[in-house]
Amino acid sequence: MNDFSQAFWLALNMVLSLDSDLLDIAGLSLQVSLSAVAFATVLGLPLGTALATLRFPGRKALITVLSGLMGLPPVVVGLSVYLLLSRSGPLGPLGLLYTPQAMMIAQTLLIIPIIASLARQTADDLWNEYREQLTSLGCSAARAIPTLLYDGRYRLTTAVLAGFGRASAEVGAVMIVGGNIDHLTRVMTSAIALETSRGELSLALALGMVLVVLSFIINATSWLVRDHVKDGNL
Amino acid sequence: MTIKDHSILPLLIENLSYERQGKKLIHSVNCRLEAGKRTLILGPNGSGKSLFLRLAHGLIPPTSGQIRWATPPSAQAHAMVFQRPVMLRRSVAANLDYALQLAGLSPATRRNRRDEVLELTNLSPLRDQQARVLSGGEQQRLALARAWSLRPQVLFLDEPTASLDPSATERIEELIEKIHASGTKIILTTHNLRQARRLGDELLFFSEGRLCEHSPAERFFKTPQSPAAERFLDSEYRLLP
Repeated sequence: MNDFSQAFWLALNMVLSLDSDLLDIAGLSLQVSLSAVAFATVLGLPLGTALATLRFPGRKALITVLSGLMGLPPVVVGLSVYLLLSRSGPLGPLGLLYTPQAMMIAQTLLIIPIIASLARQTADDLWNEYREQLTSLGCSAARAIPTLLYDGRYRLTTAVLAGFGRASAEVGAVMIVGGNIDHLTRVMTSAIALETSRGELSLALALGMVLVVLSFIINATSWLVRDHVKDGNL
Repeated sequence: MTIKDHSILPLLIENLSYERQGKKLIHSVNCRLEAGKRTLILGPNGSGKSLFLRLAHGLIPPTSGQIRWATPPSAQAHAMVFQRPVMLRRSVAANLDYALQLAGLSPATRRNRRDEVLELTNLSPLRDQQARVLSGGEQQRLALARAWSLRPQVLFLDEPTASLDPSATERIEELIEKIHASGTKIILTTHNLRQARRLGDELLFFSEGRLCEHSPAERFFKTPQSPAAERFLDSEYRLLP
């Protein structure tokens, strides 16, 4: 118990004194996760909205697959990206394995289905409301996609936040493709796993605190956005 | 704002039928709608008025039959206003801009049209407000303004005052008169006999998906030709205090 309380106070001290190792790891984590969210948002939001408005053969199958991929095991994504980026893999010559870019790719693939599926649900509701009016104004289903993205912007923020939540808490994929290399590919989750296994609880706890605060900020933002949408009838 | 060209009229409806899940909802409707007259489509709830309007506007493809315009209409040649107005999640002015942008108008033309229609519909003071926080009457006025800004030759109105109070109804009817005076053909559904008397030049009476009567308004109210129309008109007298 004494060890634990000592580790806790040390961790708190690291957070409050803005320990350089802690800042490095947290900074890299944010850089990787925010980049992955940006890529997944650019791809996932239009994809989800297109699935809500366009009608084509195989649409329902695609929606089912996308929903299924929301629960994709991170280690499987990590393994797939590893095989792609390994020296003998098709993208091996790019030399991306064990770099932050490899971790971004893995996280992007992991969260695209989450953002796209949640965006489809939001866009579906909006399209049901708008379809007749937009069609009457001469707007095609394809042309409606940017309209729904714009008008659903507040609600879609929650889809993006859900993606960020998943990316920042993910450990399996980044461990496989990043290798958890100190000061290069070590992010909060992989560092917590390593430090705990080594018995270095103070850094693990400090990173855990940062992660919890981050998770709280994401959830609070998501709640505030939902509240804003409800109040403003947006 | 004046719309002079009526080249897409008359509208010819030939043997128009519509079925959903094996149930026939519109039965072989035939009619010819000319320019100028305000056409009121009257009938009880569930008689197929709104469905007929959607078919004529092209929102739903018919099961059989034809909808023929005198010349092929452009996307904005006929517009529609719905019973419950659908407001985009943006300001009053941006709602108008959106429709005008879809019509492919230049920014300068859009600005002129928007300002003109805001003025004509007395919505100028509300131009920067969020459209979805307006009252029901204001939202319906904006829906009419949005449709009118496209200068359609024909405007379909699906029970535009059904959920409004008498004062808001009066303002909407005044606006419909203005739009009619500008040269736009009005085709409006209602189940309100008083409104039909106020606004109708000619009447189409629907019952159970069938067009029972197509006649000038005055004749329809004096001497209805079909038993269904007679029953419908009688209901007004039965409801009088």
